[in-house]
Amino acid sequence: MNTNGTNGNNGNNGDIRIGFYICHCGHNIAALVDCPAVAQYADKLPGVVVSRDYKYMCSDPGQELIQQDIREHKLNRVVVASCSPLLHEHTFRDAVAAGGLNPFFFQMVNIREHDSWVHTDPAEATAKAKSLAHAAIRRVRFHKALEMTRVPIHPDVLVVGGGITGIHAAITLANAGKKVFLVEREPSIGGHMAKFDKTFPTLDCAACILTPKMSAVRSHPNITLWTYSEVVKVEGYVGNYVVTVKRKPRYVNEELCVGCQECIKACIFKEPKFPDEFNVGLSKRKPVYIPFPQAVPQVVVIDPERCIQVKTGKCKKTCLEACADRQAIDFTQKEQRVEIKVGNIIMATGFKLFDAKRIPQYGYGLYPNVVTSLELERLVTSSGPTGGEIILRDGRHPKSVGFILCVGSRDMKTNRWCSRTCCMHSMKLAQLVREHTHADVTVFYLDIRAPGKGCEEFYDKSLKEGIQFVRGRVAEVTDWALAREEEGKLVIRVEDTLAGFVRRIPVDMIVLAVGMEPQADAQEVRRMFNMSCGTEGWFLEKHPKLAPVSTFTDGVFIAGCCQGPKDIPDSIAQAGAAAAEALALIDKGYIEQEPNTAFIVEEDCSGCKSCVPLCPFTAITFDATKQKAQINAALCKGCGTCVAACPSGSIKQNLFDDEEIFSEIEGVLAHA
Amino acid sequence: MMQIKRTIKYEADRVRGFSKEIMNVSGCEQLQSCIQCGTCSGTCPLSIYMDFSPRQVMALVRADFKNEVLTSKTVWLCASCYACTVECPRKIRITDIMYALKQRAIKEGIYPRRFAIPILAKEFSEMVRREGRITETLLVMRLFLKANWRAALGSWRLGLGLIRTGRFVLWQERIERRAELTAMLDAANRGNVQPKEAP
Amino acid sequence: MKYSYFPGCSLKGLGRAYEESLLPVMKHLGVELVELEDWNCCGATAYMSVDEAKAGVLAARNLAIAEKTGPQDLLTPCSACYLVLNKTKHNIADFPEIKDTVHHALGVANLTYTGATNVRHPLDVLVHDVGLDVIKEKVVRPLKGLKVAPYYGCQLVRPYATFDDAWNPTTMDRLLATLGAEVVHYPLKTKCCGGSLTGTVPEAGLRLTYILLKEAVRRGADVIATICPLCQFNLDAYHDQIDRHWGPTRIATVYFTQLMGLAFGLSPKQLGLKRNFVPMKELPAQSATV
Repeated sequence: MNTNGTNGNNGNNGDIRIGFYICHCGHNIAALVDCPAVAQYADKLPGVVVSRDYKYMCSDPGQELIQQDIREHKLNRVVVASCSPLLHEHTFRDAVAAGGLNPFFFQMVNIREHDSWVHTDPAEATAKAKSLAHAAIRRVRFHKALEMTRVPIHPDVLVVGGGITGIHAAITLANAGKKVFLVEREPSIGGHMAKFDKTFPTLDCAACILTPKMSAVRSHPNITLWTYSEVVKVEGYVGNYVVTVKRKPRYVNEELCVGCQECIKACIFKEPKFPDEFNVGLSKRKPVYIPFPQAVPQVVVIDPERCIQVKTGKCKKTCLEACADRQAIDFTQKEQRVEIKVGNIIMATGFKLFDAKRIPQYGYGLYPNVVTSLELERLVTSSGPTGGEIILRDGRHPKSVGFILCVGSRDMKTNRWCSRTCCMHSMKLAQLVREHTHADVTVFYLDIRAPGKGCEEFYDKSLKEGIQFVRGRVAEVTDWALAREEEGKLVIRVEDTLAGFVRRIPVDMIVLAVGMEPQADAQEVRRMFNMSCGTEGWFLEKHPKLAPVSTFTDGVFIAGCCQGPKDIPDSIAQAGAAAAEALALIDKGYIEQEPNTAFIVEEDCSGCKSCVPLCPFTAITFDATKQKAQINAALCKGCGTCVAACPSGSIKQNLFDDEEIFSEIEGVLAHA
Repeated sequence: MMQIKRTIKYEADRVRGFSKEIMNVSGCEQLQSCIQCGTCSGTCPLSIYMDFSPRQVMALVRADFKNEVLTSKTVWLCASCYACTVECPRKIRITDIMYALKQRAIKEGIYPRRFAIPILAKEFSEMVRREGRITETLLVMRLFLKANWRAALGSWRLGLGLIRTGRFVLWQERIERRAELTAMLDAANRGNVQPKEAP
Repeated sequence: MKYSYFPGCSLKGLGRAYEESLLPVMKHLGVELVELEDWNCCGATAYMSVDEAKAGVLAARNLAIAEKTGPQDLLTPCSACYLVLNKTKHNIADFPEIKDTVHHALGVANLTYTGATNVRHPLDVLVHDVGLDVIKEKVVRPLKGLKVAPYYGCQLVRPYATFDDAWNPTTMDRLLATLGAEVVHYPLKTKCCGGSLTGTVPEAGLRLTYILLKEAVRRGADVIATICPLCQFNLDAYHDQIDRHWGPTRIATVYFTQLMGLAFGLSPKQLGLKRNFVPMKELPAQSATV
C-alpha cells in the first residue's frame, strides 16, 4: 500500500493565499512575545492575505475565525503560531477541514514550548517568533493536499500468555463476541497465580478464584486455546497481522484425553524421578505428567527430554496399554506450525523471579532451610508437595521463621526497581506461617509498601497477630554460633535501625522475598512483536500515565507484569484496559494513519537495497521481480531514516519533502 | 538523684556545607542516594563497638552534623575491611567516606587525647615521609611512648615472643632516594594544612 | 615467567616468613622475581587516614618505578599493599583531580605513570598463571590428612574482586586441594581479622581474631592458611591475650606458601616455619624434618 502526495493546488500555478494567526495563549505566549508585532510582520510577507493575533486560537471563536477567513478571503493555506503540534495540530487541522480546505494545507508553529516558555528576553523571544513564523509561511506554500489513510482491522485477536492477565483479556474479548486465540507455552494456563495459596489482602484462595476463569476459557466458544505452544513469527501491521504459532507435541491427543491419569499410574517409572516444575522443584514427577490437578486443558503431557520412548524408542509403553480404550497417546505426534490472521495482539507474558543465588550472603542454595517466597507458597498450599505442612528439610516444624525483604530489588548491584508486591506477599506468607505453625515470625524490611485497598489494614493485621517487624536490610545469613541459642540454627545479622543496635537473630527457616524480573527471553520476544523494552527490560508502554497498555506499535498491547511488577488487581485492570483498546480498534473497523509516510519514486529506485535493513519498523521490503524497494505505508512511522539514506534520493516523505524543508530553512535565515 | 540529660538538636548544631565538602571527595557523591537501609552496619564487624553505627554516621554527614561525626569513635574504629562498600545497595563508597572523615579529624585536630589510632596514623605517615619505609616494631614502640606507655609494659610477652621467633627487627628500613620522596610528597599539597596536635 | 616483586614493609619485618616461603616456592616453580628497585611503603590504611593526595603519590611512585623496569606484572603478597596499589590505579583512572596531583608530583622525580603495570597477588599468579597442573606435578609430599581452613581476609577480595568472588572465593581452596590437603568448610573465610585494631583497640580487634580462631577449631581444622602478613600476625601472636579474655583456641596459622613449600618437599626451616608463635603440628603420617 504505497501512498504519495497528490498534486492539488500546490501553489506553483495559481495564487497562494495564506492566513496567518498568532495565539496569545492567555499570558503563556503574550507575556514574552509581542504578538501584534509578529502579526504585523507576517502581514507584509509574500502570500499572506490575512494576519491576525488572538487570545485563544484553539477555542471555538478562534477556530471560527479561521473557517470564516477561509470562506471570505478564499484562503488556500493556513499557518497558526501557538503551542505544540502534539497538543493542537489535530484541532487546527480539523478546523481547516471544517472551513472547506484540505487539512494538510495547514502548518503549525510552536512559539510556546519552543519560545515563550524557554526564553526570558522579550525582544529576543519576539524576534524568534518572527523567524519561525516566516519559516512556516515560506514552507506552507509547498504543502500538497493529502488524505489520511485508512487501514481495515481484522476482528480476531491473539493473546500471548495464559496467566491471569491473558485469561481475563481473552474472556473479556470473547464475551464481546470477538474470536480470540490464547497461546500459552506451558502445558496448562494459570501462570504464577495457579501456584499461590491465598491471595492478599483478602486471603481468598487463589485456586478458587482462578479456576472458574480457567474453566470459562476452556468452554468459551469464541476462544481457541493453544497450550504448550509458542509464537515464532509475527508479520504484518495493525489490523492485519499474520502470526505463526509453533504447537509443541505432547504425544497425547488433546481431543481424546479425558485426564483420567491412568497412564501416569502405569508409567514404567514406578517412582517419580524428575523435578516437578509446578512445585518449584520441591517434589518429583514422572516423564508423563499433568502439571497440576486443575490444569486446563485437563490433558496429560509427555516430557520429550525424559520419556524413554521418545528419546530411545525402546520402552514397554505401559502408558499406551493403560489408555487402550481411548487411544489418546500418540508417539507419532510432530511439532506443528499454524498460521493465523489477527488484527490485534495482547502481550501478557508475565514475569520471572529473581535467582536468589545471585546474593550469596543470604545462603540460598547453600543452607537447605533458606527458601524463596514461591517455594514457601507451595509448602503452604494444601495441594502442595507437603499437603500444606510447613516443614524444614529434615521434616521438623520450624519454631522461628525470618522473612528477608527486597532480595534482588532496590539494589543497584542486582535490580534497581521495587518489585511492588513483595511487602504484601511476605506479610501474607507471614500470617499463613503463623497460622499453620505458631512459630515466631520476624519480617526484616526496608520499607513496608502497602498502598492498595485494604493493604494498610493488612499490615495492621500482621502486627496484631504478633509478627515482629525489624527495619533493617539483612547483611548476612550464617551458620556459625556466637551464643548458645544460636547453635544449630541459621543466624541473621542485621542492624535494627529503629531500635538503634545490631542484632543476631537465630531462626530455623529463612524466606527470601525475591523480586520480579522480566522474562529471560523478553528481548527476543519484543523484537518478534516489533516492540521496545525499557532500560530495565520490561515491555515499554507508549506513555507511562496516559497510555500504559499501548505500545509504539499500533495493534500490539501489553498488560500485566510483562509491563512492570504489579499485583493481581492491577494485572486484571490492565488486562481489561488492553481488551478495551483492542475492542475500540475492532469496533471502529479501521484505523486512520497520518500520511507523513515515506514513499519510493519507482523510476528513480536503483534496487540497491540500502534502505531495507535500516527501517526500525521493518516497513521496507524488496520486490524481487520488479527489483525495486517497497514501503508499506501502514507500518511506516515517518522517521525519515530511509529518506536520508537513499543514495539516489528516490525516497521522499510526505510533509517533509525537500522543497518544504529548504524553504523553512530559508525562512529562518531570512529573518536572522 | 537520677541523672538525666537533655538531648535535642537545633539547626544551629548543623555545620552547613559539611556534607558537600565530604561528598566532594572523589567518589563520595553517591552518599546522596543513601536510603538508610542499615546493610553497612549489619555487615560491619566493628559496628557493635561504635557509638554511632556506620549508617548513623552517613545520616549525620548528610545532615551536616559535623561535630557529632568527628567527635565520635566510629571513624577510628573502621578497619577498612570494605564489607560495607561491597554490600551497599546504593554503591556508596562508605570506607572511603570514613577515610575522608579521618583526614578531616586529623586536619582539624578533633580526636581524643592520647587516642592510639590517630597517633598511629600520624607516626606512620611521619616515618614514611622520613625513611620511605616502615619498621613495624620501631613504629609500635613510638606509638606506645606517645599513647600509652603502660600498655608497652603489658606487652612484654608479645615482645619476647617476637624476639624468640626472630621477628623483632630493630634496624630502620629505609629507601635510597629519600629526598626524592619528600619532594614528591610536598608537591602533592592540594591546599592541605599540616595536621594539628590534639589539644 | 618473570615478575617484579613488591615485598612491602611487613615482609621485611613481622611478616618475613611470608617472603622466606614465597621466594623458594617461586624459584622451585621456575618463576623469576625481581625485587622492585628502591620501592617505598605503599601507605596501607594509615597514610590514607592522613592525606588522600599524598597517599596516592606514595603508592604511584612504586607503580611508576615498576613501569620503568618493564612490562611484567607487579607481584604483591601483602593484602594491604595489593589493595592500595590497585586502588591507586583505579583512582588515577577515575578521578581527574587525583590524576593531576599524581602526575605533577611524579614529575618532580622525573617519573611517569601510564597505568601499564598490573598489580597481581601471588595466589592469583600461582593458580592462574603457573597453573594447578604444574603445581600438582611438583608435589612430592601431599598434605594428606591435614585439615586446612582457608582464610582470605578482607582486602584481597574487597573491594576489587578481580580474580575471585568477593563473598566466597575458592582460589586458595583449590590450591590447597591440589596440594593434597583436606579443605575445611570455613564460612568466615573473608571476615576481617581486626587489622591494626588488635594493637590499638584490643577489646574490639582481638575479639574478631578470636572469633576466627574459635570457628576454625570448631570446624576441625588443624591449621589456618592465610595470605596476608597482618592476618598471620593477628591470628598467631595474640593467643595469650585471647586465652585470658575469651577462652583457649590454640591453632597454628601459616602462609599458604609455607604449605606449598612443605608439599614440594622443601624443609620447614627453609620456609620460616620456626617464626610461628604457635607451631604447626607435624604433618600427619609423615616424619618431621627440620
